[in-house]
Amino acid sequence: MNFDFSDELKSLRDQARKFLRERNALGAARRVIDGAGPYDKALWQEIARMGWTGAAIPEEYGGAGLGHLGLCVLAEELGHALAPVPFSSSVYLASEALLIAGSAAQKERYLPKLASGAGIGTLALAEGPGAVDAKALRASVVDHRLSGAKLPVPDGDIADLAIVAARGERPAERGLSLFVVDLTGPGVRRETVATVDPSRSHARLAFDGAPAEPLGAPGEGLALLRRLFDRAAVLFAFEQVGGAQAALDMAKAYALERYAFGRPIGSFQAIKHKLADVYVAIELARSNAYYGAWALSQEAAELPVAAAAARVAASEAFSLAAQENIQTHGGMGFTWAFDCHLYYRRAKLLSLALGSPREWKDRLITHLEARNDSGLGGAIGIAP
Amino acid sequence: MDFEDTPQEAKFRAEVRAFLAAHAERRKPGTAEGYRTSQSAPGAIERAKAWQAKKYAAGFAGITWPKEWGGRGGTPIEQVIYNQEEAHYVVPRGFYEIGLGMCIPTLCSWGTAEQRQRYAPPALEGKEIWCQLFSEPAAGSDLAGLRTRAERQGDDWVINGQKIWTSGAHYSDYGILVARSDPAVPKHKGLTFFFLGMKSPGIDIRPIRQISGHSHFNEVFFSDLRIPDSQRLGPVGAGWQVSLTTLMNERLAVGDAPGPDFSEIFELARSLELADGRAIDNAAVRDKLADWYVKTQGLKYTKFRTMTALSRGQTPGPEASIGKLVSASKLQEIASFGMDLLGQAGIMTDEQTMPANALFQQALLYSPALRIAGGSDEILRNIIAERVLGLPGDVRIDKDVPFNQLPTGKR
Repeated sequence: MNFDFSDELKSLRDQARKFLRERNALGAARRVIDGAGPYDKALWQEIARMGWTGAAIPEEYGGAGLGHLGLCVLAEELGHALAPVPFSSSVYLASEALLIAGSAAQKERYLPKLASGAGIGTLALAEGPGAVDAKALRASVVDHRLSGAKLPVPDGDIADLAIVAARGERPAERGLSLFVVDLTGPGVRRETVATVDPSRSHARLAFDGAPAEPLGAPGEGLALLRRLFDRAAVLFAFEQVGGAQAALDMAKAYALERYAFGRPIGSFQAIKHKLADVYVAIELARSNAYYGAWALSQEAAELPVAAAAARVAASEAFSLAAQENIQTHGGMGFTWAFDCHLYYRRAKLLSLALGSPREWKDRLITHLEARNDSGLGGAIGIAP
Repeated sequence: MDFEDTPQEAKFRAEVRAFLAAHAERRKPGTAEGYRTSQSAPGAIERAKAWQAKKYAAGFAGITWPKEWGGRGGTPIEQVIYNQEEAHYVVPRGFYEIGLGMCIPTLCSWGTAEQRQRYAPPALEGKEIWCQLFSEPAAGSDLAGLRTRAERQGDDWVINGQKIWTSGAHYSDYGILVARSDPAVPKHKGLTFFFLGMKSPGIDIRPIRQISGHSHFNEVFFSDLRIPDSQRLGPVGAGWQVSLTTLMNERLAVGDAPGPDFSEIFELARSLELADGRAIDNAAVRDKLADWYVKTQGLKYTKFRTMTALSRGQTPGPEASIGKLVSASKLQEIASFGMDLLGQAGIMTDEQTMPANALFQQALLYSPALRIAGGSDEILRNIIAERVLGLPGDVRIDKDVPFNQLPTGKR
């Protein structure tokens, strides 16, 4: 049994943690939320120089070729530090979309820029409140020109290119298709939108005849998005586990320092049991995320199930850890000055980033039913 | 990252598989085992003894025990591999876990060479069954608050008092006992530890009828029971330290909750028609199923992480402590929800009529025990908070007060 990261990747994780602590990435998130700009550009450039943005991109396209296990340990540390950079948009979404759907020419054209961090990519999918599916989305491409509006788009105000889901023009393309759109080109208007977590910027993108280049086969957009989301779910799960652990660490430290009734509040069972429950939720999430990492790195058939389980467990663990961190801090936890709200905001943001836990639970059961119907192992009896 | 055995582990697993295939019946898929329901069946003890003797002869009893105790001198990962493989077979369970997991390791740690020689091999071979006489009506989670008296008379100790929740006392040959030898000192300091023959005069064993109707546990009463001083383990007054040896082993001996798990409730939801269609198509049902699947998988892969540490010769991290805490309450929830799905008929317990041989109904009535036995949910949360998170211990108002001056309640 060898169900753990290698010593090399553990040492990468330690280096990443040390760097982000010394660089005070949490302080950077606070500066961004206080209005210093949409993201910490200097931090982004330092991360890119260390090769993190290209961790899972093959060397032939300018990446570090560390594979997805390497990306998982970096994601955990970026989540732990609440780093205010467009890493998830550019790496988990745009780069992954190009890796799974791009032609050789597209990969050669776009991936080196994303790998080096010189360009920032994102995914433009939602068009306001409600479902994200072929019926609800209105954006369309006619004669290679995109029209419509997307919101919220993560990092849409700072990204250079977006993978956009839209309708094609011919009947065969009526389902959704994916397109690559240059956000710095003509026909694109963007404005930052207010969200619960301003430490990660979001925008409204309005397209009026913006040039759009097909990505993947026409009409295959939803299927590609499902594949993309399975991969991204695992990476987001590591960010969420990292964030949850940081929130628990913060609550624990406060429970040891804060005295009430003549003793540290951490000596009261009401606090001890609360934090024990948070610990348990995080460990279950971490174990599910590890299995997701294995499935992702092996391109295993179990990936859809493993990703959904990792996503659900991590979203719930981070939400629990963040809200109980505030509760442990009492009134101080509700102030702008304390960092509790940064975790609370980020937890909610990440739990909705790829669709809510409710949607992922439904998706998980759908996958389990399909697997049972196909006779590929019992509900639990999956490999290994 | 992979799930492969090392070459040595693969070789050991192959040996285990060959042994099990030759000597035991493989469990049919989808037949979850209830909670020790088979222990009171006629001939159950004889079957358990025969199975233990086979394991002993093949070298699979006491896998991690040193060879001088009659064990294999193997590694913890080998024990885990054996347990994984044995779980696929229908074999007698529940008779030897306490003796081999807790009693004999304590005796071997604190007893003489002659005592190890005399008691360890017959226990391992299954000829002698052991039980653990710890909990009392007034001392459960607060074990050091026990009141059973041990008074020195010449070369003997005279024992008077009562133990409770003693699994298997009625079929055990020997037991380990912790009793109060000095009530005038603070509670942890006045205890002394013994072992005794369970057929000695002065012992009265009465089964406790549980809410499930089964009688797995006993009350054990002592009236002027005499134990020779040679059967004392550890110094007089050191009973608490000796007990900790036992309790540390308990954490390893107590496993996951048995009974209906995700696959049973998933199958039930797939097969049942509710008023508005199949149960599994109902959003509320799917939401709950997903929660249990995520917990089940989380526990499974947490175990794999523990195994990985063992396989690398490391000590498992604190994540190993969450198994029982999570699985016991999950079992209780699944049992209750399975019955909810069955509607008004969910209350019926007839195995012929009810899905899954009425496993959900049985589990409703035995699952509360699993949240209490072997460390209650509350004690486990304290352990996680104190030993894993490093939060302070409880304020103990009884720590420095002589035991006989402590306030007592009506229960």
